[in-house]
Amino acid sequence: MNAAATIYAALIAPFTEFEFMRRALAAVVALALGGAPIGVFLMLRRMSLVGDAMAHAILPGAAIGFLLSGLNLFAMTTGGLIAGFSVAILAGVVARSTGLKEDASLATFYLVSLALGVTIVSIKGTNIDLLHVLFGNILAMDDATLLVIASNATITLIVLAVIYRPLVIESVDPVFLRTVSRAGAPSHLAFLALVVINLVSGFQALGTLLAVGLMILPAGIARFWSRDLTAMICIAVASAFVSGYAGLVLSFQTKVPSGPAIILVSATLYVASVLFGTVGGLIRQMFPGRHLEA
Amino acid sequence: MRMTAPVRFRDVTLGYDRHPAVHHLSGEISSGALVAVVGPNGAGKSTLLRGIAGILKPLAGCIETGGLDLRDIAYLPQTVDVDRSFPISVYDFVGTGLWRRVGLFGGMGRAVRDRIAQALAAVGLNGFENRAIGTLSGGQMQRMLFARVLLQDARLIVLDEPFNAIDAKTSADLVALLRRWHAEKRTVLAALHDMDLVRANFPETLLLARGPVAWGLTSDVLNVENLAEARRMCEAFDDSAAACAVDDLPSQAA
Repeated sequence: MNAAATIYAALIAPFTEFEFMRRALAAVVALALGGAPIGVFLMLRRMSLVGDAMAHAILPGAAIGFLLSGLNLFAMTTGGLIAGFSVAILAGVVARSTGLKEDASLATFYLVSLALGVTIVSIKGTNIDLLHVLFGNILAMDDATLLVIASNATITLIVLAVIYRPLVIESVDPVFLRTVSRAGAPSHLAFLALVVINLVSGFQALGTLLAVGLMILPAGIARFWSRDLTAMICIAVASAFVSGYAGLVLSFQTKVPSGPAIILVSATLYVASVLFGTVGGLIRQMFPGRHLEA
Repeated sequence: MRMTAPVRFRDVTLGYDRHPAVHHLSGEISSGALVAVVGPNGAGKSTLLRGIAGILKPLAGCIETGGLDLRDIAYLPQTVDVDRSFPISVYDFVGTGLWRRVGLFGGMGRAVRDRIAQALAAVGLNGFENRAIGTLSGGQMQRMLFARVLLQDARLIVLDEPFNAIDAKTSADLVALLRRWHAEKRTVLAALHDMDLVRANFPETLLLARGPVAWGLTSDVLNVENLAEARRMCEAFDDSAAACAVDDLPSQAA
């Protein structure tokens, strides 16, 4: 077997031969397009852990969907959406109308939700079901679920285009936005809603514990390569896609579970970025070169 | 520039958690006035300006801005809550001042880009267009914020201690901008601590110490007795203070 054939067999054949791999790849593309830009904003707004908390908050909804209709991804997605929106809106409203910080109000919600979700799943399901809920299964995409993930990505990109300016201004200078416009609160809530729908997408593929992975890690990677917001978003999307693809291949060839494989590839890219990144990377900091004239 | 109705304070009380920081202020700022708001720390200057900018709702009374829309008021807070680590260029940041004109989707055409370039030139930041805002010094930051105010094209401009920790050259440049706004018949209010700067540039002064101590021509207001009286003001809130009973008393001069 020559080299080209080997590369083909390793990198492309899994997708041409198996439909479930093609579906998984389509899901990864959609996740990257929707999740990565949201992750960039989460990171820049110092809300990375808020995303994680929210990912747990969708669990009870998904678990109730599971309770009612078994391992039906569509029912679980719908339940997750409802639970996620309730928590996002509640936490957002609590944070806006009281002095409590958003992370504090979310932390409460997420602990309760995680406990509630695991309890609900255990009532009916087995440990395997629980593993499925906690770590997802990107290799078992049915039509309905794939459609939900693709729709979520589309909605994300459209809504993000609409709220882009107020969202950026609110991130940089919230008081200024309040003095010139009333778009601040609606765009903030719309952003939280986008976080939720992308978490629900991620939940299907990566499970509740890793759902934020394809949002936050690519954003972290992008931070080390650019100082420009647009470029950061593009880099994040690209690295999310590369992680997803390489993770699927890795998982296919080695039997590492697909969700963790995707996140581990992403983590490898992240470590490389921390070391070699052109913006604040460690190597660049250690060997900055001679200082400039002006 | 269209003449607008004045800003009117009707027995306004502003504060936090029911504790007044500005107590029973009445009066009016005529349209096109250039007013300095002075007073010791804790006198309620920032609170008053926040009230005018519509960020703080009065505890009692009201502030009439004569039909000015929220967006006709440009407000520059004392400690600007700008996330300086956010990846945005000076050009884009200053451009947000045009929100009123371009809004959510408005294009950034030639005319708009020219205005941004002019605003940057007016504050002496040519050549900084592509710099990230996190790389600016304190004075450059303040120049940039003034450029944004310039683009807001507001009829009422409210500046909270705009020259704190700013060197002489920069504050002279920015004061020139204030005078230009005054010449354009915009109403300008600024909270300040530098009395010499106030005397030299501001025709009208409000001396505040929780309540108004004096208000009128700067030369009349800034005399030794008034300043001494302002300094006597008690700063601390009294946690056990009773509800204010002024409303029940016969009308008294504010």
